[in-house]
Amino acid sequence: MKGELKGEGLTVRDLRVTFDGFTAVDGVDLDIRPGDLRFLIGPNGAGKTTLVDAVTGLVKASGSARFGGQELLGRPVQAIARTGIGRTFQTATVFENLTVLQNLDIAAGAGRRWWTMLRRRKEVPEPVERALETIGLSALRDRPAGVLAHGQKQWLEIGMLLVQDVRLLLLDEPVAGMSHDERQATGELLQRISEERTVVVIEHDMDFMRSFARSVSVLHAGRMLSEGTVAEVQADAKVQEVYLGRAAEPVPSEPVATAQEA
Amino acid sequence: MTVILNQSFTGISIGAVLLLIALGLTLTFGQMGVINMAHGEFIMAGAYTTYVLQQSISAAGLSLLVALPLAFLVAGTLGALLEWLLIRRLYTRPLDTLLVTWGFSLMLQQLARDIFGAPNVQTRAPDLLTGHISVGGVTFANSRLFILGLALLCVLGLTLVLRLTPLGRRIRAVVQNRDLAEVSGIASERVDRTTFFIGSGLAGVAGVALTLVGPIGPTMGTNYIVDAFLVVVVGGIGQLKGSVITAFVLGVLQAVLEYSTTISVAKVAVLVAIVAFLQWRPQGLYTLRTRSLA
Amino acid sequence: MTTTVTSRARLARFRAPGGFLLGAVLLLGVAPLVLPDFRLSLLAKYLCYAIVAVGVSLAWGRGGLLVLGQGVFFGLGGYAMAMHLKLADATAAGETLPDFMQLYGTSDALPWWWEPFRSPLFALVMTVVLPMAVAAALGFFVFRRRVKGAYFAILSQALAAALAIWLVGQQATTGGTNGLTDIQGFFGYDLNDPVNQRMVYLVIAAALLLVMVLARQLFVSRFGELLVAVRDSEERVRFLGYNPANVKLVAYVVAAGMAGLAGALFVPAVGIISPALIGIVPSIGFVIGAAVGGRASLVGAVLGAVAVAWAQSTLSDAFPAAWTYLQGLLFVVAVGFLPGGLASLATLLRNRRTRPDSSGGAV
Repeated sequence: MKGELKGEGLTVRDLRVTFDGFTAVDGVDLDIRPGDLRFLIGPNGAGKTTLVDAVTGLVKASGSARFGGQELLGRPVQAIARTGIGRTFQTATVFENLTVLQNLDIAAGAGRRWWTMLRRRKEVPEPVERALETIGLSALRDRPAGVLAHGQKQWLEIGMLLVQDVRLLLLDEPVAGMSHDERQATGELLQRISEERTVVVIEHDMDFMRSFARSVSVLHAGRMLSEGTVAEVQADAKVQEVYLGRAAEPVPSEPVATAQEA
Repeated sequence: MTVILNQSFTGISIGAVLLLIALGLTLTFGQMGVINMAHGEFIMAGAYTTYVLQQSISAAGLSLLVALPLAFLVAGTLGALLEWLLIRRLYTRPLDTLLVTWGFSLMLQQLARDIFGAPNVQTRAPDLLTGHISVGGVTFANSRLFILGLALLCVLGLTLVLRLTPLGRRIRAVVQNRDLAEVSGIASERVDRTTFFIGSGLAGVAGVALTLVGPIGPTMGTNYIVDAFLVVVVGGIGQLKGSVITAFVLGVLQAVLEYSTTISVAKVAVLVAIVAFLQWRPQGLYTLRTRSLA
Repeated sequence: MTTTVTSRARLARFRAPGGFLLGAVLLLGVAPLVLPDFRLSLLAKYLCYAIVAVGVSLAWGRGGLLVLGQGVFFGLGGYAMAMHLKLADATAAGETLPDFMQLYGTSDALPWWWEPFRSPLFALVMTVVLPMAVAAALGFFVFRRRVKGAYFAILSQALAAALAIWLVGQQATTGGTNGLTDIQGFFGYDLNDPVNQRMVYLVIAAALLLVMVLARQLFVSRFGELLVAVRDSEERVRFLGYNPANVKLVAYVVAAGMAGLAGALFVPAVGIISPALIGIVPSIGFVIGAAVGGRASLVGAVLGAVAVAWAQSTLSDAFPAAWTYLQGLLFVVAVGFLPGGLASLATLLRNRRTRPDSSGGAV
């Protein structure tokens, strides 16, 4: 497996999402090359999570989102997942009543036939074993996921995407609430993963972004504001304005958008 | 032509009954997400309140008028009691609430049986409501017209309370964002209890109206409860107008089907229609679209 | 590091066959020896409820589907069986129509949909297939469109109410309120003979054991883990590439099949099936046993169902009022304050360590 580039590109064209008259994503174009480690940043309500929601089939959208030559929009969530796209959520959602091992085993098994499903798991599948090592939870494999620490849950979620063998990972604020060391470990983990797969990270933490991003896209008010390397984006006057400039000026759609995000 | 008019009036009056019994649920189920199976027993409590009042006030018209606010209080108090005793511990487990309130409803039924006996009891309708009006060959029973008027009055009243009063604003605030409402200084627990009081009280009012058209007995609530829930399910969560439209549509549908087939076939057909409708709109007629995981 | 199963699971593997053996000896050996005919036939009835509870435990305990319409499937199985037995009784008596049809019927001919039930094989297959087909139809439409759990509970209740009302309305062909009563024979055996009643008991006990083995296999299989996952976070499962609707559908349909089997066995044990055993109230009754014993625990649900049924028939005649209060209170206490049922109490006492939920392993 190693060495072979498993990532595939994501191509988004003129994507639009509207909630009851409010436009959360307003004609976004996005190109993510295979093997990229792309950070998606922007103020609250910029439409980052909604963009990921649209690509993964959680909300309806117009426009186009293609991955590996297939159109994603309009397909059910599980069908999009089976094309090799996996995601996490702002709040870690693991199956709290199942063990770490069971969580990973389920994530590995979407392609299993029904007779396999109806039997007991006799041994730990090899990809699960590898993922346990990668995310560093081997020792906790029989613990219910509900008792894991916050950071460990986030890692378990990433591990679930690995055994799911996705080629594109969409991670929504994976380091929120983590300690400095945990952030560092997560960032290194993401860099390792992106050697084989394409990774997109939504993040607020600018230090984390500067340390690990290969490329950056800045969203603002549902539109793409700037794209490029970390240095390019930081030098962009428009970005500086949004982040540093007239912060006192009220953005009309802000409160609605924040409510949507909550 | 007269047949059609007569049947549509029958349908509308069935709809009015559905609306009355479901109106309280639009608050407790629709706004708060509580599946209160004891709602039917609050209806029963309202009906028995009417019955008891008639024992002491012999003028049927007066006792009916007094019964309306009194039944609201009685059923509302029972509802607030249930909320305080049980439901407030179960807000995170809606399906379990269903079973717990069912247990509560069994006890209320037995209580009614112990107090009033198992057989059904009767009330006398005021003379004014026993007659009927005929317009061009179409007959309108006065009692049915009264129920229709009462239902519409309750809808109007509830809308005004929710829209205009500070209480209504607080209820809507807690429904939309409990945490935000709490940090804004709203005592959400008290709002919950008040919401439940009003919702259950409306069941009591429905019970008063039902004494005009049906028997009063300890298990009368079970006859209505599922129909009432179906109205809210089809109408959609958290929207009054959905329930209003649904009640009348289901009423007319039921009347038409009953006329062309039998009551039992009509029941099954209405259920099939509801399942088919949910294919088209799984969240009901009106919903607030938000981005959430659930 | 590549060990096969965990030590805890390995321990459970010895415990389960042992428990099963003990249960089999008690049900098939001790009970028929110790209990008089009357008690044994009561136990047969309770065990039918226990079979329904096994399905409830699967669909509700593991899958989180509040199945409030199990009476429908119990009834369909019961009626399928009773229709055949009534036809067989009539043939044995030299009549062309079952007794109630001669009384209320409008025509001398058997309704067309009764005709296939003359075949014992068709009737037996239908006792399980018919409930599963109805569950599959309802479940398909409800789960496919992601209708909320609360809506599903209400819809299944409405289905129970509708079926009961429909049966009452068709007196000439279904026996109406009375149902199908006074069943004499069971595939050639006279049900009035106590020896044959004992045989019926043994069949029911064996069926319960079989159904429990089947359910346990589902519990410990990968499907069982997936079902818990769907219960806890349906959306997450969808993002892993599964269709949760299919997972729920399987659990619901299997539970319906079990309820149908229970209904079919109920008929020879009690001699009657009627709308009163099908509507909203009995449907919720099927859930209470599982709730009291422990919804997620197979043994808990079975014992709970038997215990509640026993309490009902013992207390409801002597103290009807007190029993209703007690039943209500059971619901409130078991569901409201002890969601894991009595089974969770046992686990709590056994290992004091606090765990979020025992649904991963305890059976």
